[in-house]
Amino acid sequence: MTTLTPLAPTMTDHLDLLESHAIFILREVVAECERPVLLFSGGKDSAVLLHLATKAFSPQALPFPVMHIDTGQNFPEVIEFRDDAVARHGARLLVASVQDSIDQGKVADPGPMGPRNRLQTVTLLDAITAHGFDAAFGGARRDEDKARAKERILSFRDAFGQWDPRQQRPELWQLYQGRVNAGEHLRAFPLSDWTELDIWQYIEREQMELPRIYFAHQRDVVRRDGMYLAVGPHVVAREDEEVERLVVRFRTVGDANLTGAVLSDASTLAAIIDEIALANVSERGATRGDDKFSETAMEDRKREGYF
Amino acid sequence: MKLATKDLLRLATVGSVDDGKSTLIGRLLVDTRQLFDDQLDAVHAASAKRGVGNLDLSFVTDGLRAEREQGITIDVAYRYASTPTRKFIIADCPGHVQYTRNMATGASTADVALVVLNVAHGLKEQTRRHLCIVALLGVRTIIVAVNKMDEVHWSESAYVGVVDEITTLARDLGFESVTTIPVSALLGENVVERSAHLEWYDGPTVLQALEACAAGSWTHARSGARLPVQWVLRQNGGGRTYAGMLNGATLRQGDVVTLLPANVETSITSITSGAGARSAATAGLSIDVGLAAETDAGRGDLLATAPLPTVTKEFTATICWFGEQPWRASQRLRLKHTTKVTPVRLRELTGVVDIETLSVRAGSELATNDIGLASLQTADWLAVDDYRDNRVTGSFVIIDEATNATVAAGMVGRASFL
Repeated sequence: MTTLTPLAPTMTDHLDLLESHAIFILREVVAECERPVLLFSGGKDSAVLLHLATKAFSPQALPFPVMHIDTGQNFPEVIEFRDDAVARHGARLLVASVQDSIDQGKVADPGPMGPRNRLQTVTLLDAITAHGFDAAFGGARRDEDKARAKERILSFRDAFGQWDPRQQRPELWQLYQGRVNAGEHLRAFPLSDWTELDIWQYIEREQMELPRIYFAHQRDVVRRDGMYLAVGPHVVAREDEEVERLVVRFRTVGDANLTGAVLSDASTLAAIIDEIALANVSERGATRGDDKFSETAMEDRKREGYF
Repeated sequence: MKLATKDLLRLATVGSVDDGKSTLIGRLLVDTRQLFDDQLDAVHAASAKRGVGNLDLSFVTDGLRAEREQGITIDVAYRYASTPTRKFIIADCPGHVQYTRNMATGASTADVALVVLNVAHGLKEQTRRHLCIVALLGVRTIIVAVNKMDEVHWSESAYVGVVDEITTLARDLGFESVTTIPVSALLGENVVERSAHLEWYDGPTVLQALEACAAGSWTHARSGARLPVQWVLRQNGGGRTYAGMLNGATLRQGDVVTLLPANVETSITSITSGAGARSAATAGLSIDVGLAAETDAGRGDLLATAPLPTVTKEFTATICWFGEQPWRASQRLRLKHTTKVTPVRLRELTGVVDIETLSVRAGSELATNDIGLASLQTADWLAVDDYRDNRVTGSFVIIDEATNATVAAGMVGRASFL
């Protein structure tokens, strides 16, 4: 006999509703599409997404593979977490490598230290075509960026992988409509309505594992373009830069040469939640070099087929 | 710091273009300090780049390049705000008539509509259209921000004139709760901060009105419990459970349920949500349930408690047509209702709604953005409730088989005001 938790209607809080909505979207897309895939970066949002996907189909195995678009410029802690998480959830991991796209001459080589963020789009679209995926789950949230704030939960991509923000499908109630023709695909965003704070509160509630770099630690950094970049294989201090050893953590996880650390002594989930609740700067504003190119950097990348 | 448990209020802005919806939402977010410094800096920079004075608050939500270039809202922007006890999901909807489909997208899940209109222009046709759609979509609570009060020198008589107009329309459309508020979104008066110019007004600010609304009303229903089966989960040891999102009444372990359209009666032996096994579940929760009887239930079926929905292949509905071409009887269409997709045919167009008079006239076709009354025939059995009794089992979308476009949204039955 299972122990039952009695539940009054008032005991359903915003995290229960966000979780339920995300699980509903995951099940709906799997039911309507032929070959879905879950895009997994090893960051906190994709970790939450994988956790929710496991819940949605438990006790069955995940009915889709997990795919990492590997720029080759990741933090080693994140790759380690990726492999652990995939094993823990019994998922099948596919890795599509930006280096392969460079070697095949599909994108120009930016050099060992050059930014590879935008190149990922080519690798991603090629992998979607090669595997015949018709739906790709992503952990993007609408509070991250003003272009994402405009995007549907099921977002249509044409045969070239492009998003057309002027011609989005109506998406009424929770009637998600996933029909596409061959060669086209959907991006599905179950975490659309979650904020950064919701993500952290949920991680705490669910006692989830995360890459260690989200928690405060000592690290050698250089100050560049207004951000603290971690010194390592992809960031070497320039002549005019001073290497400092500081107590930092990462608020987002992206490429090592584009993702800034924040000064923080938050070493527990509770401390991180306190820090986020009082933050003055958005997570992408604080930490992401890839959004600083222009006013509509995210929209422009998304139109091309970016995450 | 322990963060308190919050409820969730879904809000949509509606109203005509240029009456200040995006500016009002921008003002609400800025004055409640929901924007981060870098986001506010970006709005300042975008305003300066286009030479629009100090700060164009509409740039807070108008995030697309074309929107900023043209100064209009094309599609819904979703923004989030939080107070100690409530999370707000704000859908800032476009006002232009050609983007009505996007407005309906934003308003379809709203608990409350924030109607913005220009005090100097009163009720425009587009505002009437939006209010009509919001009423059809089942929103019962509206907050009306009578905007640009600064442009009429804070005139009480100008405000009262507009309020009279909107109150009459709101009564005709059957809204249950109507709050009108004189505001200047541009200057931030009566949005979050009380106005110094409106000493004749002693009602709530927009924020106070939003904090007073009931949350979760969009899933409120007068029907029994409804669980559309999304997915069948095979349990370890051989049993099956049936997964879906619950709506309508509360479902409890032991409840007698009917599997539809098969019409097989059984009972609920277990309920599991993301948090684990539980004795009961409320609307909006994704759950999976065990059944006492062996059934062949699958995706597209419905588990329901009494009073049961109607099982039918023919029904009348109110249709919002979004297709670029008028609806033709020969068109090959599919209808998606809960988790079921079935071919559908237009049997008869019984009327087209005249937005100006809210009357129904005879019509031979439904053109883009028309609202019509139609009799439909589906290939498969559907278990439907009247939309006013349940927004989930009473709603559907229509998909063009040739293009995969969503060409219509429909609501079972007919609103009392039509």
